Amino acid sequence: MTNDNPIKLPTYLEVPAIKKDAMAGNGPFKASEEVQQGLGFPGEKVDNWQQVAIDKMAETKSKYRSVQVFLDACVKCGACTDKCHYYLGTADPKNMPVARQDLFRSVYRRHFTFAGKYFPILVGAKDLDENMLDDWYNYFHQCSQCRRCAVYCPYGIDTAEISMAAREVMNVIGAGQKYPNQILGKVNKIGNNLGMPEPALRDTLEDLEDEIKDDTGVNVKLPLDVKDAEVLMVTPSADFFAEPHIDGLIGYAKVFHESGVSWTLSSYASEAANFGMFIGNYDVMRQGALRIRKAAIDLNVRRVIVGECGHAWRVAYSFWNTLTGIGSGGSDDYSLRLQRQLDSNYPQPQHMIEFTYDLIQKNKLSFDKSKNDHRVVTFHDSCNVARGSNMGDIKNGQFILPREVIKAACNHFVEMPKNTIKSSTFCCGGGGGLLTDDLIELRVKGAKPRMHALKKTEQENGVNTLAAICAICKSQFSKVLPNYDFDPYMIVSVHQLVSEAIVLSESSDTEV
Amino acid sequence: MSLISIFFTFFFYISVLIFIIGVSYKLVQYWNTPAPLKIPITPASLNTSGVILRYFREIFLFSSLYKSNKWTWLFGWCFHLALVLLFFRHLPYFWPGEVPLILYKTEVLKYSSYLLFFGLVGLLSRRFFVDRVKYISSPSDYLMLLVLIFITSTGMLMTFGNNHPNMLLVTNFASGLITFNWSELPKEMIFMAHIFPVFCLIAIFPISKLLHAPGIFFSPTFNQVDNARKKRHVSDWALNKQEGSKIDIENNNDKKE
Ligand code: SF4
Ligand code: SF4
Repeated sequence: MTNDNPIKLPTYLEVPAIKKDAMAGNGPFKASEEVQQGLGFPGEKVDNWQQVAIDKMAETKSKYRSVQVFLDACVKCGACTDKCHYYLGTADPKNMPVARQDLFRSVYRRHFTFAGKYFPILVGAKDLDENMLDDWYNYFHQCSQCRRCAVYCPYGIDTAEISMAAREVMNVIGAGQKYPNQILGKVNKIGNNLGMPEPALRDTLEDLEDEIKDDTGVNVKLPLDVKDAEVLMVTPSADFFAEPHIDGLIGYAKVFHESGVSWTLSSYASEAANFGMFIGNYDVMRQGALRIRKAAIDLNVRRVIVGECGHAWRVAYSFWNTLTGIGSGGSDDYSLRLQRQLDSNYPQPQHMIEFTYDLIQKNKLSFDKSKNDHRVVTFHDSCNVARGSNMGDIKNGQFILPREVIKAACNHFVEMPKNTIKSSTFCCGGGGGLLTDDLIELRVKGAKPRMHALKKTEQENGVNTLAAICAICKSQFSKVLPNYDFDPYMIVSVHQLVSEAIVLSESSDTEV
Repeated sequence: MSLISIFFTFFFYISVLIFIIGVSYKLVQYWNTPAPLKIPITPASLNTSGVILRYFREIFLFSSLYKSNKWTWLFGWCFHLALVLLFFRHLPYFWPGEVPLILYKTEVLKYSSYLLFFGLVGLLSRRFFVDRVKYISSPSDYLMLLVLIFITSTGMLMTFGNNHPNMLLVTNFASGLITFNWSELPKEMIFMAHIFPVFCLIAIFPISKLLHAPGIFFSPTFNQVDNARKKRHVSDWALNKQEGSKIDIENNNDKKE
């Protein structure tokens, strides 16, 4: 699977000169009437859409301090202009974070500020007309909400907040994006993004158990809907479905097996991903999170652990406590009930990396690192983990823990260039609800900065394995790596590395 | 008092009034707008002292901007530093009554106007010569810098050229504004040209990008503590939403009626 025309990468990451309208177009596929209505949005663009949109903008900025402050505070210093991977990859000036915000801000100024009402040209205020709406739809779907721009803005202005707000406004007037909205419909109905019902899930898990048994001779279980298990494992449904994700799932199972901690997956809440965040809708996001709360209570578990998924971890770590009360400190009935039920010796929820890291610290896992000796591994920090969460409750834990887990399982680990990792990490190019084939050109171009860093590390250190802890990153890389003359199979789950090196002990309940 | 002195006196109070009302309005608006979700940006602070430290770094050193772009940082930082220094340099004029000796020492700060000029010209040239920055600049962005350069130039001409207005008049006029003991304006054109745009800037502060000054303190990405798992963060409207839904804990159902 190599590409005939791999994209040539320069030896340094240059900032391109602007190329107006380089990515002009119609944007991704629009959601159908049925999909829109399923989420409670109008099926098609409403007649008085301008008024509805302006009203929604007013509501959003009165509900989100981020939106109100960010719209006012930008000084157009330009510091963020060369920080977005989509700008670096496409050279379209509207992909510069501040220019993207300005699509929203110019309308805000026109309708909500004195200067914009009376001196529109002076301050760049614009009406929300058809052209503007087209630009919104096109360019707010060229933002993966990765927050890299926010790290570099002197006021912490986060374009992701603006793009969520804009998508919310578009949904409310009936101009939603097909990919996330369709998926959200499946989660609400069936419980996961794939629309995989309980029997299919059960089959898959049984097959995996057989596979592990064949591979290792050990009975490693992947339990489903087991009441009173210690841990409820919530993982992105991609983990049930395809390479390389599924090898990560096998890794979790082996770690649980070795830990002796009982665990279960849930067929009702078989999805960690929460696309409600991408479309900026609080209620939809909360609905997704509530499924997990319901499963945790129904299954009467003591801990909730989240699998390898970037935005899922941001939602779980940063938002679950707010949305559902999974966490500490809440005083409403549900929070109290969860606090009684869940084990307060551990943070709730935890990331699988935290779980494995703890066991490694306590010397409870043994590894044969030589199993990974054919690999030279580098780690791609996924944006939502890197810039929207933490692990281990220590400063920079979200960077330290995954690396420590990799190093415990592999002898050869190297880093990519400094300005492309940790808080400065580049998005894979497919985050934020853009992981769809109708956006493939954008995805390939947006991956360029990451691919460039990888190329450099390949040339200098012979890297042949790219590890990540995000389902979207993994899918995106499998797809775009060949475009840059890489092996698509070089992308792996961190828990695949764990899975390959972990030494399994025979469990007591091994069948004879 | 001459007509022109009356005009400037009035204009000053009106500008200040607009400033106070406008900025208060904005502060109240920001304060009253909830931040429903935890969205601190990396490097997120794990406790309140971390947040305070972060603000020190951002406000005194422009640390994020430093990470971003060294030129913009250099120009921007010099400009803001000079602004602060020149504020002190101007204090003696406004001081009501006997001016403390220490304030006379601020005389040497007049040289920071070179720094101010340097920073402003640097920022302006970025708007002209860096294609990305040019693309995002509105007329008001140029205008703001040009006005500031104009103010700086007139100030420098008065200080370093041979255009000194009568210092006693300046002091009487300026401190008179503070003490409501109004007096005649120095009649030099250059002095009026210096203070007129300053009063204008005071007036447009609450309706322009100058709002970045109060705004930074309300930026949730900066001011939030990264402790979402330990402390439940719920805003009013989110709480209402929760309470508006019928909760049946026994059966673990959270359904809207
Ligand atoms: S870095 Fe921040 S203030 Fe500067 S242009 Fe970008 S968003 Fe605006
Ligand atoms: S959030 Fe990421 S994708 Fe969106 S504008 Fe900022 S850097 Fe670009």
